[in-house]
Amino acid sequence: MITKNEIKQSFFLSIWTIILTFPLMVVKVNTIKNIVIFRWWNILYVAVGAFFASLAWNYFLRRKNEGKKTKDSIPVVHRLLQNHKFRLPFLATIGVIALIYPFVTPMYHTSIMISALVYVVLGLGLNIVVGLAGLLDLGYVFFYAIGAYAYALLNLHYGVSFWVVLPLSALLGALFGTLLGYPVLRLRGDYLAIVTLGFGEIIRIVLENWVDFSNGPRGIGNIPGPSSFGIELNQHQSVIYIYFIIITICLVTIFFVQRLENSRIGRAWIALRDDEIACQAMGIDKTKTKLTAFALGATWAGLAGVIFAAKTSYINPMSFTIWESITILCVVVIGGMGSAIGVIAGALVLILLPEYLRAVAEYRMLVFGALQVIVMVFKPEGLIEAVRKTYKYEKNKE
Amino acid sequence: MEPILNVKNLTMKFGGLTALDSIDISIKQGEIAALIGPNGAGKTTFFNCITSIYEPTEGNIQITPPGQPTESLNGLKPNIVTEKGLARTFQNIRLFHGMTVLENVMIGRHCRLNSGILGAMLQPKSQQREEQKAVDDSYKILEKIGLDQYVNEMAINLPYGAQRRLEIARALATDPFLLLLDEPAAGMNPQETKELDDLIIWLRDNENVSILLIEHDMKLVMSLSDNIHVVDYGKKIAEGTADEIKNNPLVIKAYLGDDAEDA
Amino acid sequence: MRWLNIIIGTAIAGVLAFFAAKEIINDPVYFLELFLGGLTRGSIYALIAVGYTMVYGIIELINFAHGEIYMIGSYTALIVASVLGLYGYNQVVIVILAFVFAIAYSCAYGFTVEKIAYLPLRNAPRLSALISAIGMSLFLQNYVMLAQTPEYLPFPELIPELAIWEPYAHIITAPEMIIIVTTVIVTALLGMLIKFTRMGKAMRASSQDKIMSALVGINVNKVVSTTFIVGSATAAIGGVLIASHVGQINFFIGFLAGIKAFVAAVLGGIGSIPGAVLGSLVLGWTESFFTGYFWSEYEDVCAFTFLVLILIFRPSGILGRKETKKV
Repeated sequence: MITKNEIKQSFFLSIWTIILTFPLMVVKVNTIKNIVIFRWWNILYVAVGAFFASLAWNYFLRRKNEGKKTKDSIPVVHRLLQNHKFRLPFLATIGVIALIYPFVTPMYHTSIMISALVYVVLGLGLNIVVGLAGLLDLGYVFFYAIGAYAYALLNLHYGVSFWVVLPLSALLGALFGTLLGYPVLRLRGDYLAIVTLGFGEIIRIVLENWVDFSNGPRGIGNIPGPSSFGIELNQHQSVIYIYFIIITICLVTIFFVQRLENSRIGRAWIALRDDEIACQAMGIDKTKTKLTAFALGATWAGLAGVIFAAKTSYINPMSFTIWESITILCVVVIGGMGSAIGVIAGALVLILLPEYLRAVAEYRMLVFGALQVIVMVFKPEGLIEAVRKTYKYEKNKE
Repeated sequence: MEPILNVKNLTMKFGGLTALDSIDISIKQGEIAALIGPNGAGKTTFFNCITSIYEPTEGNIQITPPGQPTESLNGLKPNIVTEKGLARTFQNIRLFHGMTVLENVMIGRHCRLNSGILGAMLQPKSQQREEQKAVDDSYKILEKIGLDQYVNEMAINLPYGAQRRLEIARALATDPFLLLLDEPAAGMNPQETKELDDLIIWLRDNENVSILLIEHDMKLVMSLSDNIHVVDYGKKIAEGTADEIKNNPLVIKAYLGDDAEDA
Repeated sequence: MRWLNIIIGTAIAGVLAFFAAKEIINDPVYFLELFLGGLTRGSIYALIAVGYTMVYGIIELINFAHGEIYMIGSYTALIVASVLGLYGYNQVVIVILAFVFAIAYSCAYGFTVEKIAYLPLRNAPRLSALISAIGMSLFLQNYVMLAQTPEYLPFPELIPELAIWEPYAHIITAPEMIIIVTTVIVTALLGMLIKFTRMGKAMRASSQDKIMSALVGINVNKVVSTTFIVGSATAAIGGVLIASHVGQINFFIGFLAGIKAFVAAVLGGIGSIPGAVLGSLVLGWTESFFTGYFWSEYEDVCAFTFLVLILIFRPSGILGRKETKKV
């Protein structure tokens, strides 16, 4: 199992980590009040943590290197879905849970679930761009902000209703996706990451500073929830109402994304991700394929933005920072790039868990960062691996 | 009759290095031609130039698909070149690893299909029919190439020889009139090479494609090719049938060096 | 296309030159201030940008965590300076030790980050390594935030105002002067390291072809480690200088500075050290003049817009070579 050598190595690594983290973990300075605190106990935590982390790291790295041959293991969820006996009961259970959830849990939980479901939509959208087409988009929040501000502003100035803005924002997302995508998609992958990151930051800075347009950092408040066609709803009822709207949108998203993934377009995205040159040599228009991925990804972000604005009833530029983009990226990466089920699971786990484990909530981003590295090193396919559709063909038809 | 591929004066320079120096090559309908030459002679660069992956410094590339007018390929995008009917394989296998074998072939069908975003999302009858036809067509191609037992395997899990054949299947799926094979036998054992030999001849006879291949396996080249083009240091040094090439002193010199003459 | 580029380029240069001339005549002192401000800013960017460019040159990866290494360097300096200050050490000792520790720790972090997040992904798809890099950056930021504080902390003035410099201080302050001089010295040393030492040769060889370098007996992993260490060291120097100049630090500073330095590296032509320096200066001046004459709120927008324009119109940068894809 664990060799003596590994223990020795982990021991030295633990000492190295103590030295490495000493100034930051042990000493705490506050130059405002001019005090320095020493937290000697932290050495112990760091040492023990580093020792076991190193053992685990070595163990998993070894297992990964050895275990290359047994690659045919299909994730449990996929096996459940593929097996006809389990497929229906499994989906029905999830359906029933989703249906009764807002009625049996307090409003607070429903509200959290809505946030998580918004991330499901965002994650599935970004999954098209990053997971399927392999384009690292670090400015996804741009389109999310477009959707949210489109609803807030159109409603504020012209009183346009939720149901009008919803499809409009999807179109706006696609439009901006195309406009932004066109010039930047010719760039190599890593440049694309930086440029999209730049776009994401630009929109935030503009929203913060162009006060006449966006009301600046103060944001826009009193955004009405989705109009309910004349029926009066109390607060709890309107939360449930939004819950079912977002559930519906999730289902629509899953439905369409699944279809796209297994279509001519979806195959072209994956081909592009796997090998750009071979993809072109097979007669696929690189630019057009990238552009469709970018624009379609943006479409869902636009939709999600409207729901976000309607749900929180208040938006400001701070909701659309780079961290938002990175959180969505984490959902996709940790859930499983290219795998819709993985992304859904990723969104629910990554967003719900920190909400319920308040004690560790402040470590959220720290853990996200570490998980990104760990997933990439040990399991690049993510939590729930993507499984390709198997096609039926008609043998000897002629 | 017009040659189906007519390359005139093709030159490719990388900075100061001339990888191809005014190469003329033409391929006739129904022909199996080979492009041979020592390592680094510029063979793959030639493929990259005619498939528009590189933009050649100079030269004309013209095609005359059977029964169609002559047109120029200069300055087209790589995917358009494939659409026009030139399909290629790669020396270092470039399959799509995240997809099944069947899907890899279906990618080859891509440029012959029409369904767009809305079609994919709404899936009208016409789109479903097109998709099913693509599946069936791809399956038939796999059958012809002899890969039908792998249909739903992931491409990456295939044995090496099968991966090379899958590349040919994928290229064939684009409905080409000219197949460009870049070292199709590289890394194959004698048995696999023999099968490849049969496959190439079968393709020419039954699939109405002409073939241009780059190959180092001289036995394969000599037995297959109707016409052999030899390049060395980016220049074309000879052209002819297998017997002519075997006895051409320039070719012997290129392969064996100057000393060969003394021996 | 080419002629169009030249015409547009000349037109833009002409407008800029006209504008500059007008401003110089209008208010020469303000212009000079902005010019020197841009030079200082550019020098700092250069110290960070060379790290990006060196790493990119060898493993073709945007080291997203590079900005964090720089931030950790300045934090270490702050901590060392505060602790030593508490025990009443001499100012000179504090400055020297702060620099030494900042450099040592940045190097150690750079080295460790490479071993954890990049080494296992050397042969993985580029996207994986890139995501790992982003994860590392996120981790380090939050690590510093949680271990220290999310708030801005005042940073002691490590570079003193010099009494002899007093007469010229209204044009350029002594710390600014020191920043510029340090950058010149550091980048010159770096250039010599790459050009004349055995390690420098190994670095150049590895950036051309890693497999071939390994075959002729170069320990590529060691070269990559050294590159990270050298890059981290220059970033640490930059980190301490800018923190001391600005007077405050935060766990977030590395991110923005990192992105801007990356912009500079791309602008100059990624992979080229003189390019990184040149790009940094151009970016420094652009920002300085832009904020000086136009809108100061949009400083970062300026940098990003600049980046987008360069990448679209000249992706290989000012001094970069056009790369050919290998098939």
